[in-house]
Amino acid sequence: MTLTLGHYLSLGAILFALAVIGIFLNRKNLIVLLMCIELMLLAVNMNFVAFSHYLGDMHGQIFVFFILTVAAAESAIGLALLVLLFRNKSSIDVEQLDELKG
Amino acid sequence: MAQTGFFYLFSAVLLFAAFRVVTARNPVHAVLYLMLAFSQAAAVWLLLKAEFLAIVLVLVYLGAVMVLFLFVVMMLDLNVDSLRQGFWRHFPLAALVGTVIALEMAWVLMGGFRGQGIVPDPALQAAAAGGSNSKALGLLLYSEYVYPVQVAAVILVVAMIAAIALTLRRRKDSKFIDVKDQVRVRAEDRLAVVKVDVTRAAPPPAPEQPAEAEKQA
Repeated sequence: MTLTLGHYLSLGAILFALAVIGIFLNRKNLIVLLMCIELMLLAVNMNFVAFSHYLGDMHGQIFVFFILTVAAAESAIGLALLVLLFRNKSSIDVEQLDELKG
Repeated sequence: MAQTGFFYLFSAVLLFAAFRVVTARNPVHAVLYLMLAFSQAAAVWLLLKAEFLAIVLVLVYLGAVMVLFLFVVMMLDLNVDSLRQGFWRHFPLAALVGTVIALEMAWVLMGGFRGQGIVPDPALQAAAAGGSNSKALGLLLYSEYVYPVQVAAVILVVAMIAAIALTLRRRKDSKFIDVKDQVRVRAEDRLAVVKVDVTRAAPPPAPEQPAEAEKQA
């Protein structure tokens, strides 16, 4: 049984679904929410690389490169905000972030 | 075929690690499982002949971003018990949504992309055999994508400045010397030149007079 594009895309889909489950479960823990976002980006990158390989187009891998760049920036700023939040509230509980009464 | 076996091995470990990331009780364990997940993803990308991106994933994610996560998790003093309250309350809904997403997408993808229409491009295979993946990626990045690469560099600089500016905190109790103020100081600010007579008349010794002046007032 040879590997097809469908195998890799299914792996990406299952990984994405797991990350969505993680976002539902960890409603209080902001740092695990950030990790779930990283997992989602990994699933998306998996799809890009798989398509790039099976369609013979290098542009998909270029796009993964840029997604990695933006993801690194996002996690750096996200963690900085997390540290700032912990300093001000001594907690990273998402449910306590209700000052804006949205 | 060995490749298929490796694919299933890496996928199984990747999905197990991802599951442990979302359910781990200790955030440090979650970060470590996330590192395992990223390393398995890099291995899967190696199967897809994307060597450069696999190595970048290991270097940038395992080497930099995950260490950043570990630093932050260890720096914060988290109360795990309060964060775990009501953890399984949302599990039925989460499992439902996740299963629906995974099953629908796997159904469509395994149905739609299994066919013979899409096979590895022979041109790319030949290019991969001759030149390296990094070379092909670099040729594209520095010709067609020069401008986006520079924009990505700007994004990284902005992220760095933002992260530093957000977390920078001046200590109130530190007694360090502000060099800027010291350099800028002038002689007039610190030193007052007062004209003083060389000799001075002795003050008149009259202890009674102030008391009398007070009585008159």
